[in-house]
Amino acid sequence: MNFAFTDDQLLFRDAVAEFFANECPPEKVRWSWDDEVGRDESIWAALAEMGVIGLTVPEAFGGMGMNEIDLLPILTEAGRYAYPGPLVETVAVVAPLLAESAPAAIAEKWLPGIAEGSVIATVQLDGQPFVNDMHIANLLIAQRGEQLFAIPAEHVRSTPQVSVDGARRLFSVEWDEADAELIVSGEAALQAVNRAFDRGAAATAAQLIGLSEQMIAMTVAYVVDRKQFGVPIGSFQAVKHHLADAELKVSFARPAVWAAAYGLANSSADVDREVSMAKCFASDAAEVVARKALQTHGAIGYTTEHDLHFWLKRSWALASSWGDAAWHRRRVAHLLLDA
Amino acid sequence: MDLTFTPAEEAFRAEAREWLEANVPVGLPSGDTAEGFALHVEWEKKLFEAGWSVVSWPEEFGGRGASLWEWLIFEEEYYRVGGPQRVTQNGIFLLAPTIFEYGTDEQKARFLPRMASADDLWCQGWSEPDAGSDLAGIKSRATRDDERGGWVINGQKTWTTRGAFCNWVFGLFRTDPEAARHSGMTYLMVPLDASGVTVRGVERLDGDEGFAEVFFDDVFVADDLVLGGVNEGWGVAMATTSSERGLTLRSPGRFCAAADRLVDLWKRQAAAGEHPERIDSLRSDVAQSWMEAEAYRLATLADVTGLVNGVSQGARSSLTKIFWSELDVKLNETALRLLGPAAELIETSAGAVDGGAWMKGFEFALSGPIYAGTNEIQRNVVAERVLGLPRK
Repeated sequence: MNFAFTDDQLLFRDAVAEFFANECPPEKVRWSWDDEVGRDESIWAALAEMGVIGLTVPEAFGGMGMNEIDLLPILTEAGRYAYPGPLVETVAVVAPLLAESAPAAIAEKWLPGIAEGSVIATVQLDGQPFVNDMHIANLLIAQRGEQLFAIPAEHVRSTPQVSVDGARRLFSVEWDEADAELIVSGEAALQAVNRAFDRGAAATAAQLIGLSEQMIAMTVAYVVDRKQFGVPIGSFQAVKHHLADAELKVSFARPAVWAAAYGLANSSADVDREVSMAKCFASDAAEVVARKALQTHGAIGYTTEHDLHFWLKRSWALASSWGDAAWHRRRVAHLLLDA
Repeated sequence: MDLTFTPAEEAFRAEAREWLEANVPVGLPSGDTAEGFALHVEWEKKLFEAGWSVVSWPEEFGGRGASLWEWLIFEEEYYRVGGPQRVTQNGIFLLAPTIFEYGTDEQKARFLPRMASADDLWCQGWSEPDAGSDLAGIKSRATRDDERGGWVINGQKTWTTRGAFCNWVFGLFRTDPEAARHSGMTYLMVPLDASGVTVRGVERLDGDEGFAEVFFDDVFVADDLVLGGVNEGWGVAMATTSSERGLTLRSPGRFCAAADRLVDLWKRQAAAGEHPERIDSLRSDVAQSWMEAEAYRLATLADVTGLVNGVSQGARSSLTKIFWSELDVKLNETALRLLGPAAELIETSAGAVDGGAWMKGFEFALSGPIYAGTNEIQRNVVAERVLGLPRK
């Protein structure tokens, strides 16, 4: 038993965190809101150079051949810095799906490009109405019933949808099977979809942990600095208890997310339950932390001039992506009670 | 990262499981009544005879030198088969870690084996009528007696769990009234049969005589009953309270077993077919309680990984205490809602489901957010010592 990351895993994570600190400060998140495309190609290229984009691509296709235990701590850092690019879609979901389930020709066509950063992939499973980052994607992986398809972006017709998180880019999409390549069908496709969904949910949960930790850090800094009645507001018990509740939620969501990473990497028999517990706890935590952070900031937090709203809105969006807390709680209930 | 146990640890689990399944008593009455307590002590002695009472202690003190991982495994198995609450817990889980850290060799030899064998039964003496959450406000005094080589105690302790049934109490006493609040206190161990000690039982919320008030009138304790240094009791006491909040008192095995029983109760209630809407409406609550117990187990695995690598939990033990105490309340509340109109029936009622265990469990769980430092105090500790907010 050793419920911890290796030094190498932590070094990789810290290197990515340092990169985001330098290249994705709050001003960059604000730029993502204001810019039409909202994605900095140089960040994606640098992440590919560091091995982040190809992290889950097998070595035979030019990637790092690593797994969720390596990836999820890095996605926590992406969440901490509110980085808006499609890491969950490309790295956590599509690359492992192609490596595991696609015929050799399709895998060879797309995976090396993903690893080197020239192919951005996004995904739509049944039940997911919108696609992230279709505007910059080269490849869409989409489910249609018991079939999974690869569709080159030029054959996808997309209509923007506007998220409360202005840094997100969502689209409704249409495409024709004539333009799509079949990846897998039947029972094998449903299994691949289930694994893909679990991976997306766990990866999103990891981002929510980072978002939550950052909201707590911002709020702590604010209440230590902000004075009322002649003292820092952080000295008031009501404020302390808001922040203690926030820390409590994140502290017990975090190990659930790491356990889900372990379950995915080791194909645990209970991986569906482990992932749903992680996403349920991470979504609940982020929603509580966001409320506490806003309440504790007071009116300044209720403006778009302050940076806090970037984190609030990303939290709201991700809390309900890849299954919200209630959906995942029902899934756990089903697995526990109907067996 | 590796979330599996070694073959040796699994063998330890199998050995523990085999013995516990053959020996754990079923249906013991509450250990918080005089007759129930006696039966629990009998069980604790049997545990000790078989070498299972304090598995993580060194063999010379009655343990089997098990690792922290093996201790967690033992706890899982103990509660999985329905092992009763440990009436020795204040000794073996709270005082013992403090004696291991601060005790002299003589104190270790004198107290630990008799604690492990349930020959000595320990209660805690912290709270006083005017000092609850504000523990540093205690007034019970121990005055120096050089002639006899010891201390003379006067004062009163209260909310002393199982005080009416134990034969020793440990706690803090003020030895330098002139010193600042957190100084001038000494950690003393006091035999309850000493001259001048009066113990009065107090009935708890659940109707058991689980509480006691302890009065000290010129009670003499010798110098060898001081744990740690004179006037250094606050620091010593913090070691005990950290054990109380954290891992040692409330291992996850207990809550995971309760969560599994809750799942089982849901299935039984669903199968019975009565009030299907109510049973159906509680699916998510049952799942939430089960997941919270599992989250506590996972957090503990992370904490123990830290401990075996030399990283102490520190003030984060306050987060642990808030989490397990509040999950225990929620879990039992959910069970009571599953029972509906039968929820109010207690153990002496023929119609009570599971012998009234859920109402008993609920009442016991309600003490969790109060004892070992209220959860309000714990939230202050989290804010100040984990997050760094200003005290004032």
